[in-house]
Amino acid sequence: MSSTRIVITGMGMVTPLGHDVETVWAGLLSCASGVGKIGHFDASTFPTTFAAQVKDYDYTDYVQHPELHEGVGLNTSFALGAAAQAWKMAGLDAHDGLDPQRLGIYLGSGEGSLDFENYVASNLAGWDADKRGIDGAKWAGMASQKMTAIREIEQEPNMPLTHLAMEFDAQGPAYNCLTACAASTQAIGEATEILRRGDADVMITGGAHTMIHPLGVTGFNRLTALSNRNDDPQGASRPFSVDRDGFVMGEGAGMLIIETLDHAQARGATVLAEIAGYGSTADAYRITDIHPEGRGAAKSMHLALEDAGLGLDDIDYISAHGTGTKENDSIETKAVKVVFGDRAKSIPMSSIKSMLGHLIAAAGSVEAIACVLAIRDQKLPPTHNLNNPDPECDLDYVPNAPRDAEVEVCLSNSFGFGGQNDTLIIKRFEG
Amino acid sequence: MTRSVVVSGVGPVSGLGLGIDPTWAGVCEGRSAIAQIRAFDPSGFGCQVGGEVEEFKIGKFVPKSHRKATKVMARDIELAVIAADFAARDAGLLTKGTDPDGGGNGDFKTTYDPARVGCHIGAGLIAADLDELTGALIEARKDDGSFDIHKWGSEGMQHLTPLWLLKYLPNMLACHVTIIHDNQGPSNTITCGEASAILSIGESLRVIQRDKADLCFCGGAESKMNPMVYYRQQLTGRLNESSNEDPANAVRPYDQGAAGMVAGDGGGIVMLEAEETYKARGGDSAYARVVGFGASQSVHREAKNAEPDPQGRAVVSSVNAAMREAEIGADEIDMVIGFGCGVASWDRAEANGLKAVFGDRISDVPVVSLRGLIGNCGAGGGGVDLAIAARALREQKVPAIVNRDAPIGGLAGNSPAQDTKLYHVLVFNMGFGGQHTAMILQAMDH
Repeated sequence: MSSTRIVITGMGMVTPLGHDVETVWAGLLSCASGVGKIGHFDASTFPTTFAAQVKDYDYTDYVQHPELHEGVGLNTSFALGAAAQAWKMAGLDAHDGLDPQRLGIYLGSGEGSLDFENYVASNLAGWDADKRGIDGAKWAGMASQKMTAIREIEQEPNMPLTHLAMEFDAQGPAYNCLTACAASTQAIGEATEILRRGDADVMITGGAHTMIHPLGVTGFNRLTALSNRNDDPQGASRPFSVDRDGFVMGEGAGMLIIETLDHAQARGATVLAEIAGYGSTADAYRITDIHPEGRGAAKSMHLALEDAGLGLDDIDYISAHGTGTKENDSIETKAVKVVFGDRAKSIPMSSIKSMLGHLIAAAGSVEAIACVLAIRDQKLPPTHNLNNPDPECDLDYVPNAPRDAEVEVCLSNSFGFGGQNDTLIIKRFEG
Repeated sequence: MTRSVVVSGVGPVSGLGLGIDPTWAGVCEGRSAIAQIRAFDPSGFGCQVGGEVEEFKIGKFVPKSHRKATKVMARDIELAVIAADFAARDAGLLTKGTDPDGGGNGDFKTTYDPARVGCHIGAGLIAADLDELTGALIEARKDDGSFDIHKWGSEGMQHLTPLWLLKYLPNMLACHVTIIHDNQGPSNTITCGEASAILSIGESLRVIQRDKADLCFCGGAESKMNPMVYYRQQLTGRLNESSNEDPANAVRPYDQGAAGMVAGDGGGIVMLEAEETYKARGGDSAYARVVGFGASQSVHREAKNAEPDPQGRAVVSSVNAAMREAEIGADEIDMVIGFGCGVASWDRAEANGLKAVFGDRISDVPVVSLRGLIGNCGAGGGGVDLAIAARALREQKVPAIVNRDAPIGGLAGNSPAQDTKLYHVLVFNMGFGGQHTAMILQAMDH
């Protein structure tokens, strides 16, 4: 247990259910769905034709320095809007005492989207049918006509980080991690550790991502990881339901301002919640499968509880990874039982991916924010579309309607493809 | 009391060779591995040279149980897996990966409890193999040869292997390594360009210091030997397009003649261990202690961060943070392994920052850069740098400085490798995007 307490003082979201915290939260409490037909490209013949997209969003509505960000990718644009909201909520827009070298950033953001049309045109132009491979010279000939520096550079996964650093003049420790679906939970955990160690006073943390582009959907379709329920997009993300058939891709960003309690109090900031614990493990099992007993997931939860100095009885709500794939939901259920034993069935656990889709690298940050709001409003967001319970998934998933509950401490799980697992524990702040 | 952490094994992989011995020999000779690109026909590119890793058979570096999984490894992943294999063996560790039976034998016992072994590996933006992807894309063409997304969705994509995406997720470097060696502790994938490897090693350091692991595999790997990656570098304007006939002299770190970088593939994994557990397992030949680490971000709005702040303020702040932790002053640093990518504006910012740290002493402290020998290996470069710093402390020897006829910023010029008393070595890297990172190693007998 760390003696330095770390608190959340600002939050921001850009998601398929809206572009501010209260709108998204209201949507989650009313079983709204952000899912619809894919609009970023023509996916009409793809095995999956739908996703949860951010709609009618313009980052320039949020930032102070739009001239620094011309040409950014969608991922960075989401990051900017969410971070600007968090910055403002934390009162940092009106606070001038911050030392830039004590302001750090730790993101779990995904790469920018490929410049698909021009990339494909170059590949096709470079194809040498005789040797069934790319002719580098022909490829470069087309690429030099089609590709642009800005589109290529903005794909680098450290670009959301770089743009936030410029926008907010953050010169302290700066990281981006990309542990697939666990990334932003891990980022928040590691940002917490940086503050605990005293290497910064304030951290901007969270994640931003979109994989709703032709090769992203292709990749997950080939893995058969996506729901194919094309006739019922809004009913497609159904975590813990016996007829779940995969996850639904989402996009967006969740950002938090976190700081040491001393720093927050010294500047008179409103504390929203406390980050009490963090755990990180690897399954070390298989590239394609989760450990069947949920070994890494269970260990991650154990480590987070230990880090927080809390017991099994202290957890009031679990924000599930809950992707809606066959494998994840049953193994996550098993892992929760391994950790909580007899108590597992009495802890409510829901997946807001049922409404938002899966924001991949950004998912954990949005789920962490939902935990803070659950504590604030004493309300649990539901698992939507849970009409046909799976006998293997026999916990209390808060099905289909929000619930009033006493919520003091939340545990939030994120598990990445390939076996990286992360858990955060967020609790009500008591001075 | 913070736990002391040592470097117990290193596994660099670059154009200079596989493993520490050929790499060390290469940097001492100042031998350049930069040559005409072989991975693809570079004739349509401005810069046609790079630092390529020699041919290898990945099956030699994984246990039998993991052979099948090598089919879903992008080259970046292969490099990380090879580097991890070298590093674990160099440290004398018995893991599921170094055991000839892959841990299958009943009597097998690993050096460490797998739950106490972590893994932090930096990665880049991994490029799809263009032959493989395009072999599928051509199945979705219209009659006029252009791409038909409808045909792609309905049939073209079926020509890609089902696990195609998994080859290119950046976290797969760490995931393959954790599976091969059975590392069940904390694991992360840092993607901050050229700063990634040292940031990852720094994160492993912190994990061991706070007692969440006793041993970590850490570093980075990246391959830029792909037309798309190479072209992306060309579009940044940072490649040297004027030295295709003279590849060995193409990259001139901290030199007035710096005319750009070249790309390379490579990386390095190192083994960090808590000194107490290292000694408890009988270890007595660690390379060095890791005594300081710092990270910072450059903000240069005038150039939209495409270039670093010319004063190198973030260089100073990251190095100062590392020195504070090490409880040493700049006068106690005996050598620097710097970034020195050969791009004039980046080299100048770095040199200015180092000058601010070292003052006039900068001309007496050897500042070595490997980029002239192996190219810019992106997220992997720092892993090679740290391995060389560690070996230099063991050998008490400074590698050769080459391609620096007219040094900038008061730095010392060319010199052959030389024996020198080394107590502390600073490793410094900066990522395009502005992430800066510094790490200080200390000789074991200090």
